[in-house]
Amino acid sequence: MTQDVAFPTRKDEAWRYSDTDALAGMDLGAFDRWQDIEVPAGETVRETLVISDENSDPDGVELRRLRVKIGKGARFELFGVIAGAQLGRVEVVLTLAEGAHFEMGGITVGGRSTVREFVTRVAHEEPNATSNQIVRSVHWGKGTGNFLGRIDVVRDAQKTDAAQSFKGLLLEKGASVNAVPQLEIFADDVKCEHGASVGQMDENARFYMAARGLSPEASRRLLVQAFIGDALVELDDEAEQERLLRIALDKLDKHL
Amino acid sequence: MLKIENLTAEIDGKTILNGLSLEVAAGEIHAIMGPNGAGKSTLSYVLGGRPGYEVTGGSVIFRGQDLLDMEPHERAASGLFLGFQYPVEIPGVSNVQFLREALNAQRKGRGEEPLSGGEFLKVAKEKAALLKLDMDMLKRNVNVGFSGGEKKRAEMVQMGILDPAFAVLDETDSGLDIDALRVVGDGINTIMRNSGKGVLLITHYQRLLDVVKPDKVSILSKGRIVKTGGPELALRLESEGYDAVMAEPA
Ligand SMILES: Nc1ncnc2c1ncn2[C@@H]1O[C@H](COP(=O)(O)OP(=O)(O)O)[C@@H](O)[C@H]1O
Ligand SMILES: [Mg+2]
Repeated sequence: MTQDVAFPTRKDEAWRYSDTDALAGMDLGAFDRWQDIEVPAGETVRETLVISDENSDPDGVELRRLRVKIGKGARFELFGVIAGAQLGRVEVVLTLAEGAHFEMGGITVGGRSTVREFVTRVAHEEPNATSNQIVRSVHWGKGTGNFLGRIDVVRDAQKTDAAQSFKGLLLEKGASVNAVPQLEIFADDVKCEHGASVGQMDENARFYMAARGLSPEASRRLLVQAFIGDALVELDDEAEQERLLRIALDKLDKHL
Repeated sequence: MLKIENLTAEIDGKTILNGLSLEVAAGEIHAIMGPNGAGKSTLSYVLGGRPGYEVTGGSVIFRGQDLLDMEPHERAASGLFLGFQYPVEIPGVSNVQFLREALNAQRKGRGEEPLSGGEFLKVAKEKAALLKLDMDMLKRNVNVGFSGGEKKRAEMVQMGILDPAFAVLDETDSGLDIDALRVVGDGINTIMRNSGKGVLLITHYQRLLDVVKPDKVSILSKGRIVKTGGPELALRLESEGYDAVMAEPA
């Protein structure tokens, strides 16, 4: 395989909202390190992934790249929280065989001037495969959360059902989120849905909660938990759900 | 128990409360009536400490403390409950989770031990039964998809669970049919009719006051209390209207 050994720049579509300055001085080899996962036909594999202050340098770059092949009728689930590093980035390149399913729940949280992003490229290469990607981003300070999701549906991949949902919650004025859906569809009998929205905390709800005795921190935590919880509803393991939620919420409590 | 003196408050620079004075003693239920736009909801929000409602003068002493000096959640912990005219929906947060956290936050503020999940559910079941609200409703998200009447009954279940010393109830009777009105009225009596408690009961209708019998009735107009009397004042308002009753000398 030939390698592109130059640093990416913001001109690259997949790095458009990223922090490419943070890449300076990085080991170029990192751009060619992939975790390969093959899900055999009919099986289910779940991967959970955390980038946090515990496992990454707050001022550095943390890049995780997954290359996934999902076999016929198989299911791959990815649940991830990006809550650490100056640039925390999860890339997923994935192909679905006939009748396969990809389920993703991603959460980004962060302040300062950090960038935390999910970048996915999902190829529906055979008929009847489905994919569902949910990303929830909560940012403050000058923090940024991104979801760049490309979906390719080849000509033969009829009855594809692909969905993407992105919501951003901005807790302070300087924060931002970006959603970049990109659909390349060459089959005609296909369902592709994507939704993106951005908002702020519901101050009516916060006063209501305060009137019942919850401190500003407690009401914020509850509302953020409800917001990011969307990304984990398909995670069928309560303990794991709890763990991922706690990582995201603790980040919030510690730094805001 | 609650002493409001010469209170003035504004929203967006517009004066809404304009020298309002009112006192409620422990053991009293005090009804507030008044035309639309008089400032009744504003009064309840100012007492609750809602952001955007700026107090520009006067004082409010609640159980010996300066209420206006406290944060909204501290007011709740000190025993104040606001029943909202329009209860707020909170998607993704269940009533059970919300109320247990709220109750335990208040208990912590008062130096009491938190209730366990089991203990809390026992209290919640009892209060839901009192207001004839299906316990399943409490497992759902806060007010989401509730009808107008269900929201008002849920407000009273919340009040029962939190067991406040003082309640400001803003048009808790609006949106209720006759049967629900009786259930809610009985609930208010059961929860709040107590020699150590007090209620400010904001309403437009005598029919709630037939169930929750007020000790005093005041008329609020243009941001101040213009008349105070006994239960008969509400009856006269019902038959003669605000204009006639307010027109006569105080
Ligand atoms: N958020 C707001 N911004 C500006 N004016 C408001 C706001 N809320 C209420 N008001 C005004 O304050 C006055 C009193 O309103 P409110 O307290 O809701 O009256 P009531 O509950 O007695 O019907 C009205 O003139 C209303 O238009
Ligand atoms: Mg009102």
